[in-house]
Amino acid sequence: METKSNNWEPRIVAFFCNWCTYTAADLAGVSRMKYAPNIRVIRLMCSGRLDPQYVMMAFAKGADGVLIGGCHPGDCHYVEGNYKTLRRVTLLERMLHDLGLEKERFRLEWISASEGDKVKKVVNEMVEQVRALGPLDMPGRFADWDKEMEELEAHVNHSQKEIPAHVH
Amino acid sequence: MKFSYFPGCSLKGSGRAYEESLLPVLSALGVELEELDDWNCCGATAYMAVSDAAGYVLAARNLALAEQKKQDLVAPCSGCYLVLNKCQHYAAEYPDVATRVQETLKRDNLTYKGTTKVRHPLDILVNDIGLDAIKKRVTNPLKGFKIAPYYGCQIIRPYATFDDQHNPVTMDKLFKALGAEVVTYPLKTRCCGGSLTGTVTEVGQNMSYILLREAMRRGANVLATTCPLCQFNLDAYQGDISSDYHESVKMPIVYFTQLMGLAFGLPAEKIGLQRCIVPMDLKPAAALAK
Amino acid sequence: MNEPTKTQPRIGVYICHCGTNIAGVVDCKAVAETAAQYPNVVVSRDYKYMCSDPGQALIQQDIKEHKLDRIVVSSCSPLLHEHTFRGACEKGGLNPYCFQMVNIREHDSWVHEKGAAATDKAKDLTRAAVSRVAHHKPLETKTTPIHPDVMIVGGGIAGIQAALTLANAGQHVYLVEREPTIGGYMAKFDKTFPTLDCAACILTPKMSAVGAHPNITLWTYSEVAKVDGFVGNYKVVVKRKPRYIIEDLCVGCNECVTACVFKEGKFEDEFNMGLSKRKPVYMPFPQATPPIVLIDPETCINVKTGKCKKTCVEACGDRQAIDFTQKAEMKEVQVGTIILATGFQPFDAKRIPQYGYGIYPNVYTSLEIERLVNASGPTEGHVVLRDGKTKPKSVGIVHCVGSRDNKTHRWCSRVCCMYSMKLAHLIKHHTDAEVFNFYIDIRAPGKGYEEFYEKLQEEGVHFIRGRVAEVTDWQMSKEEEGKLVIRVEDTLAGFVRRIPVDMVVLAVGLEPHADSQDVRRQFNISCSTEGWFLERHPKLAPVNTFTDGIFIAGACQGPKDIPDTVAQAGAAAAEALSLIKAGSIELEPNTAFVVAEECSGCKTCIPMCPYTAISRDDVKKVAVINEALCKGCGTCVAACPSGAIKQNLFDDDEITSEIEAILAK
Repeated sequence: METKSNNWEPRIVAFFCNWCTYTAADLAGVSRMKYAPNIRVIRLMCSGRLDPQYVMMAFAKGADGVLIGGCHPGDCHYVEGNYKTLRRVTLLERMLHDLGLEKERFRLEWISASEGDKVKKVVNEMVEQVRALGPLDMPGRFADWDKEMEELEAHVNHSQKEIPAHVH
Repeated sequence: MKFSYFPGCSLKGSGRAYEESLLPVLSALGVELEELDDWNCCGATAYMAVSDAAGYVLAARNLALAEQKKQDLVAPCSGCYLVLNKCQHYAAEYPDVATRVQETLKRDNLTYKGTTKVRHPLDILVNDIGLDAIKKRVTNPLKGFKIAPYYGCQIIRPYATFDDQHNPVTMDKLFKALGAEVVTYPLKTRCCGGSLTGTVTEVGQNMSYILLREAMRRGANVLATTCPLCQFNLDAYQGDISSDYHESVKMPIVYFTQLMGLAFGLPAEKIGLQRCIVPMDLKPAAALAK
Repeated sequence: MNEPTKTQPRIGVYICHCGTNIAGVVDCKAVAETAAQYPNVVVSRDYKYMCSDPGQALIQQDIKEHKLDRIVVSSCSPLLHEHTFRGACEKGGLNPYCFQMVNIREHDSWVHEKGAAATDKAKDLTRAAVSRVAHHKPLETKTTPIHPDVMIVGGGIAGIQAALTLANAGQHVYLVEREPTIGGYMAKFDKTFPTLDCAACILTPKMSAVGAHPNITLWTYSEVAKVDGFVGNYKVVVKRKPRYIIEDLCVGCNECVTACVFKEGKFEDEFNMGLSKRKPVYMPFPQATPPIVLIDPETCINVKTGKCKKTCVEACGDRQAIDFTQKAEMKEVQVGTIILATGFQPFDAKRIPQYGYGIYPNVYTSLEIERLVNASGPTEGHVVLRDGKTKPKSVGIVHCVGSRDNKTHRWCSRVCCMYSMKLAHLIKHHTDAEVFNFYIDIRAPGKGYEEFYEKLQEEGVHFIRGRVAEVTDWQMSKEEEGKLVIRVEDTLAGFVRRIPVDMVVLAVGLEPHADSQDVRRQFNISCSTEGWFLERHPKLAPVNTFTDGIFIAGACQGPKDIPDTVAQAGAAAAEALSLIKAGSIELEPNTAFVVAEECSGCKTCIPMCPYTAISRDDVKKVAVINEALCKGCGTCVAACPSGAIKQNLFDDDEITSEIEAILAK
């Protein structure tokens, strides 16, 4: 499996708001700042558009880390979308923690349109932290769990035959 | 309020008037200083120039001792204050310095983490104790004193932790709280001559001369310092300077803590004032009245 | 028109080289070849410049030839060229929203090293777009009308220029100025560089033109209190502070000023930088616009205590222009566009104590000298020291005070070298003093600027290259006695110098207003980290902001001189005018809508909306989104527990397909 090979590279999915963080990433580009190529950005109009399920889905589909970027508090292009994000992320963080995900795999950052250097810093930092944690590989784990479930089911089906009918 | 205390060699030697005034003054303000057990040379002077590694280790050993106490460390001497701070900055910034220091200290069963804050007494007086508390303790306001506040080069450069690098004002505020007048003294951070006084004497003494002359020209009747070396340079050579520059130079040079002690009503000989080579008039207000 | 089919999309993919900007790092050919294998891709090409005419023609031709119904272009940022490519799709007969753009320049080739990783990233991003675009639906472009009136905030030369341009084109302009008069800093200057034409002679006619223009409503001594709405339809509340003078009745005769119980001026005259005194009732300067007086509530005895003989009211007589009962007044207006021209503030020289401003009386800021050399200034143009009579025999001008300095501001303020040289020339002309300029580098990049520098050198003005260490009054020799000494390392001569002078001029830099953060929040625009207002694009949209319908002009965007400011003001006026003349603006159709059958009417979404665009239909018991009010942030979409709210261009199936494909290997 590729993710377990020696040349494994972290894969980070980022959701950036159109007005601040996406623009900051553009600025980092215009300023030719170099950062780790492990990040894939998905543009949203506002970080408030982030459905927590997108984060779960990104992890489920193989992301090793998820980064959310929005405008600084008080600076949201849509007045207060980022506050909604903050609330959702706070809950989501708790849930991810309960699911056993290390906190470094999920990060929310306020990055304004002028902070190209912050994009660079945050991405590099996160890539290094996630690299240190190693692959998350949810798809692989799901496959293992599915296999386990199948075996269990097979076992249950097999045992059921021996259970007297009146137990049902 | 309690701090660890690193006196350094000067405060036990040529600068003992500093310690003699610092301890009673802080004690009068309810500050307890606990002298570090088994302290050694701070690492200043020639060490840094000859072997910076040895310098850092010397400084770090003191810091490692202080870390065990888990309280801020007071370093009154400007040289010690700078070197201890420098060691912490370098160890934090350059991993190889930190590694070298830690490995050497390991042989002495000591560990250095860089957790102790090194503080200057001026910082503690103005920022921890506060001018109001100091004012309350004044029984003998320094009427008639016109003080030139001289900070020297080391306590705010390069690490401007508690005051402006170019125009420090902590002492100015302190002396006003003691009831003294503070003269405008733009040379407050200019070099006193440092160790040049001992090596290239005419250059060193010229630097001292400029400081003394300007203090006199601006109407000061005393120059206050924070540093044992400055105190020595400025105090000890006034006779030589007078004859070299054909000008009568006479300016008492005291530690800021001595002026505090005086304002707190402590006897002159209990705060080391008898050690001044150029004596200070204890009642300049009376002299003015005459 | 090729209508996208639900069953089998036909996608065209285009990978742009952007010359070598992308192709120098990303293997564009390989990306195009890989993309050809992605599902539903019919055509996949790489091309040198996709945004060029032939590039766009390529898309249009392929749409026809291959019956494409969806397009993906991997090139630069969508913020730059999304509009261009949507246009190309439309010209090719495709709905412009059946298009997705991939940013492989700003987000890839410009930030990563050449190699497999950068190429892999381009492939991933392109695959995600291909997957996403399959879900795109044709949408209708919506438009909103543009209210023809314009608000301009700030009445310096930028605001004045923009106001006159728009007013002359027939538009109604509201010009709001915080100070009691328009004119800004330019009104304080004596001459302007490098032509040395008199600032007042070129500015005051423009000021009175503003005051008299039938299309301009001028509100001085006023501030914007509240801004609501969006492009084409802004509602602005302006607070008019009480000047205790009825503007329409005051004729500017100044008789009240003469009659004031204060026989002499007693308070710092702001216009003269405190170098002269004024009374509580005063006119800022003779050419003030509007040419009327005001009463300063901070210093007027009657306003403060109510106990005054009110000789001013007596002097005003039948005109009855003085009204001590005046209160702040709120004015609400509708405008379609707003131009911010709020300017700068000079750097506070006291922040650099070693330069002695505020310590030594004969250390001045450059703005004070502007007033001193001005014939209508406090000394009628006589350059004298603070004692009011001594002419300086030597003057030192310190450049870069608060500029190019890591401890204060890192930027170059752009105007100081030139105005320092202008002041050097004027001081020399007025006093015949020896003038020294202490500079780091001379920056004279403008028409006639370098020639002006040369002219100054010929005039015998001294230029010493080195950042000044300190300005002090301690002396080392007889000739320094009574003088200010400038200590500096002369980096050309290679030694440290002490230069005694009578007067020191600090060439203070330009910085953003202290309240620039509040102002930009009010107008929902961005600031650079330094606090200057951020333009939409540094080169291609220098007067636009990220908020449609709000433009910036002059030094509020960054330090600039008068010619650049005037040019930018003209550009901002033209941008506003182009919106007004079009009559309407296209809006992104990315609004949200409710699928009524799936809505449970739980009201979760209602408090999510900052624009109160969502309400509940109590008959049908479902949420309803007012499309005209929706700005398309999508916050309600993410909040809906039953997935009943959908958003055009950012719907769940579009985003989730993007997530899935971006991670597919």
